[in-house]
Amino acid sequence: MLIITIKTLILLLIIFSINYIFYMKVSKELFSEIEVSVETAKEVGLTEEEYKKVCEILGRVPTYTELGVFGVMWSEHCSYKNSILQLKTLPRSGGRLLVDAGAENAGLIDIGGGYAIAFKIESHNHPSAIEPFQGAATGVGGILRDIFSMGARPIASLDSLRFGELNSERTKFLLRGVVEGIGHYGNSFGVPTVAGEVYFEDCYFDNPLINAMAVGIVRTDKTASARITGVGNPVFIVGSSTGRDGIHGASLLASREFDDESENMRPTVQVGDPFSEKLLLEATLELIEAGVVDAVQDMGAAGISCSTSEMSAPNGMGMLVDLDKVPMRELNMTPYEIMLSESQERMLFVIKKGLEAKAKEICDKWDVPMTQIGVVTDDGILRISRHGKLVCEMPAEPLVLGGGAPQYVREAKEPEYLKETRKYDISKLKTDLSYEEAFWKIIKSPAVASKRWVFEQYDSQVRTNTVNIKGDAAVMRIKELPGKGFATCTDCASRFVYLNPYMGAMAAVAEAARNVVCVGAEPVAITNCLNFGNPYDPEVYWTFKEAIRGMGDACRALNTPVTGGNVSFHNESKNRAIFPTPTIGMLGLIDDLEKIMSCGFKNEGDVIYLIGNDREELGGSEWLKQIHGLVTGEAPLLDIDEEIRLQKVILTAIREKLVNSAHDCSEGGLAVCIAEKAIYSSNNLGAEIELGNNITIGKLFGESHSRVVVSSSANKEHKIQQLCKENNIACIKLGKVTKDKFDIKGVISVDVEKLREEYEGVLVGMMK
Amino acid sequence: MIKYGIVVFPGSNCDHDAFVATSVNSGANAKYLWHKDTHIPSDIDCIVLPGGFSYGDYLRCGAIARFSPIMKEVIKFADKGGYIIGICNGFQILCEAGLLPGTLLRNDSLTFKCKDINLKTLNNSTTFTSLLKKDEVITIPIAHGEGNYFADNNTIEELENENRIIFKYCDDNGNITRESNPNGSLNNIAGIINKNGNVLGMMPHPERYCDLILGNNDGLKVFQSINSSLNKNN
Repeated sequence: MLIITIKTLILLLIIFSINYIFYMKVSKELFSEIEVSVETAKEVGLTEEEYKKVCEILGRVPTYTELGVFGVMWSEHCSYKNSILQLKTLPRSGGRLLVDAGAENAGLIDIGGGYAIAFKIESHNHPSAIEPFQGAATGVGGILRDIFSMGARPIASLDSLRFGELNSERTKFLLRGVVEGIGHYGNSFGVPTVAGEVYFEDCYFDNPLINAMAVGIVRTDKTASARITGVGNPVFIVGSSTGRDGIHGASLLASREFDDESENMRPTVQVGDPFSEKLLLEATLELIEAGVVDAVQDMGAAGISCSTSEMSAPNGMGMLVDLDKVPMRELNMTPYEIMLSESQERMLFVIKKGLEAKAKEICDKWDVPMTQIGVVTDDGILRISRHGKLVCEMPAEPLVLGGGAPQYVREAKEPEYLKETRKYDISKLKTDLSYEEAFWKIIKSPAVASKRWVFEQYDSQVRTNTVNIKGDAAVMRIKELPGKGFATCTDCASRFVYLNPYMGAMAAVAEAARNVVCVGAEPVAITNCLNFGNPYDPEVYWTFKEAIRGMGDACRALNTPVTGGNVSFHNESKNRAIFPTPTIGMLGLIDDLEKIMSCGFKNEGDVIYLIGNDREELGGSEWLKQIHGLVTGEAPLLDIDEEIRLQKVILTAIREKLVNSAHDCSEGGLAVCIAEKAIYSSNNLGAEIELGNNITIGKLFGESHSRVVVSSSANKEHKIQQLCKENNIACIKLGKVTKDKFDIKGVISVDVEKLREEYEGVLVGMMK
Repeated sequence: MIKYGIVVFPGSNCDHDAFVATSVNSGANAKYLWHKDTHIPSDIDCIVLPGGFSYGDYLRCGAIARFSPIMKEVIKFADKGGYIIGICNGFQILCEAGLLPGTLLRNDSLTFKCKDINLKTLNNSTTFTSLLKKDEVITIPIAHGEGNYFADNNTIEELENENRIIFKYCDDNGNITRESNPNGSLNNIAGIINKNGNVLGMMPHPERYCDLILGNNDGLKVFQSINSSLNKNN
């Protein structure tokens, strides 16, 4: 007992003396390495008005370091200044949410039994466009840190990827680099990559989208927070040293469009080290478990600037930070550089006073460096020094999102192109291609064909929780809660969002929910990654507003609140703007892993049904693109009430074991959906389909929403019909499961083996 | 009941999986051993060197791990006849440490590969395969970038002649074909044993398929074989 008291006393003494030294050594006068003016403000990405506001807040001209911190914290990337007012209209709390959206590093969902799931999606588009391997790798690293800084152990990772058409060497280079980068980081770190999407569309040629999502599990009483509570607590950097990598990554690279300068910005891309991150993970979880942590935040975008201000602001705290203490990997770094560095695998920890020794012991065990750089104060001011000179003395609150960071509503105007696309008459299009030829063109398009070339480069099984990845969403078990699991997927049919932002965004949420339903999970919450063009363009801003409105309506109707995510604007170059792409990451819960479902046929003789409507909509379809090279028309209708009823039917049918397979009908329509069910059958099962005398393109390849194809034993027919009828959902008998042949009467008849070979061969062939 | 010691190197990431497979799934006891340990507890019957990226594998895979303090003890343990199974990165470490001959090169595809493969059991008279039938085909996954087994001709010949190649990659019917070889390994080699028969290294992951909830439990046979063989010895 006595020993402990003496230890504590000594520690208190040390802390006191550190505080004292900070106060005494640092001159009260502010130091600026260069004189700041409006021009310097513009160089760090601030507008003239924003610069004036900074001067107002400080009551003086900022130092160069302060200017840099304001520049990066008020950048689009960190402040969400052009999006936050829209985001606030989304359902962002209640239900199973343990923290409100945006309040912590990731969303947190109560799954019962004393556990919670943390999950989030984030973009790393701009870095990946100029350095695909490191860009994608650090994208994965960043999202994993968001998860484990909540105290959660990452147990699944997903990647939603979009590139230009796969016919150019540049796109192949990007795809190869991105996939290798994701694999390099996730495989080494030890998180299974279990789901995602890969699309190819010309609009992403200059500006690929790399959206990384991670899911983690945590005991609800062991979660960590980014909000500091204790004055006088010491502040530590834990993890890697700080270098000049990534400076201006957030403020300049990620917050503007691509142009001729972008290539020169390669040095702003960070370099990832998954091994360091793995050690940082173990040390972080052990520190949180040991109860020594007051608050913790990962250092991603805007590095020390972001973590110090965001951790201090919520509870009106401040910090004294001595930048000389920061472990550096390069010589002569200026305070500006240290504050803005985005060196990877670093965390900012506020340790409970008196427990530093315990914290040190844990970090030593994992060989993770841990260095005190400051202390928490109670006056809300960040006082930051370098070489004994005060370089920042600014309030934390005005720096941060939700505090004083600017918030704008931009001008919105309906895009001109919509007038054209909406009135386009698809029915007038003519083609000489037979149904069979069209079928092959569509199923062999890289966006539809097998993504095996991609996903086999990812470790999808480490941690042995992966139950099934052959369905519409990945099914994972939760070891901590035997018999229970979750399903997760990412979705966004961006062509539909382009053609109708409101309906398209609604459909993205609905499809993500439908996908987890198709594997037997109940959708509970989403995370979103909103990829758009330049928000200062009124037409872009209009699509953004509309997409948010659609997403909000769908989330409210489906009872899947938004837990957080990120916004990535400025996804455009002088040649192209991307389709508005609000990627949805969905989480569904599985109460009983005995009652899950996968996509492929199971038994010969089973009956095949289309459950849902038969609207035959072709707007924005793969058929239109592959056969006519067009992305036009009206996006398919999404009737949210119909969607809810459909999901109820499917979930009930799976839980009551009425069906043996379920697959959402999406790109390529009904024909591709049934073909995939044959391809993914384990024993070479095929199908014999009768679509009646009046076969149409719309029937085969239309991409209407709210449709699922199931197979079921013949003796369950009555029950399935009954269930559909009760819920006012159509149930259309299509045919039966057969052996070896895929056969749509009057359209195509091919060996399943041949079908599989063609489907599997596309990407492999192109990437040789 | 036998006890497994699962070595945790910095960067190991299948340590937890090996722990669950040996304890929860196979019903034996298991305990983690820390890479900085300089002593292996006397009640350990079998050591597992798990998969992962020890020390980041930034040099050659396993090249740094072999110098960690525990490896001195692991080598002593092996020399005294103790049983060791190295899986994936563990196999690479065993080769680097000289406990097994040969080396693992980069996959011939030059990419990381994670997929189910078929393994043919060529020798079922070892401690690690006693409950498998001769020529039995099991399906378990691989997950590696460097699993392409290579050794000089003499070594390969010796391994073949002494029946020390325990597993080879094969097709569904047990044929050793070029198409079924996922990484370019010489003679489709997936797992080998040392001369004394107490050290097994294999690239595929038996610990990943030990629970039917994951769709397959073929890997359990390896751990059950070890349990059964060593229980008899005890």
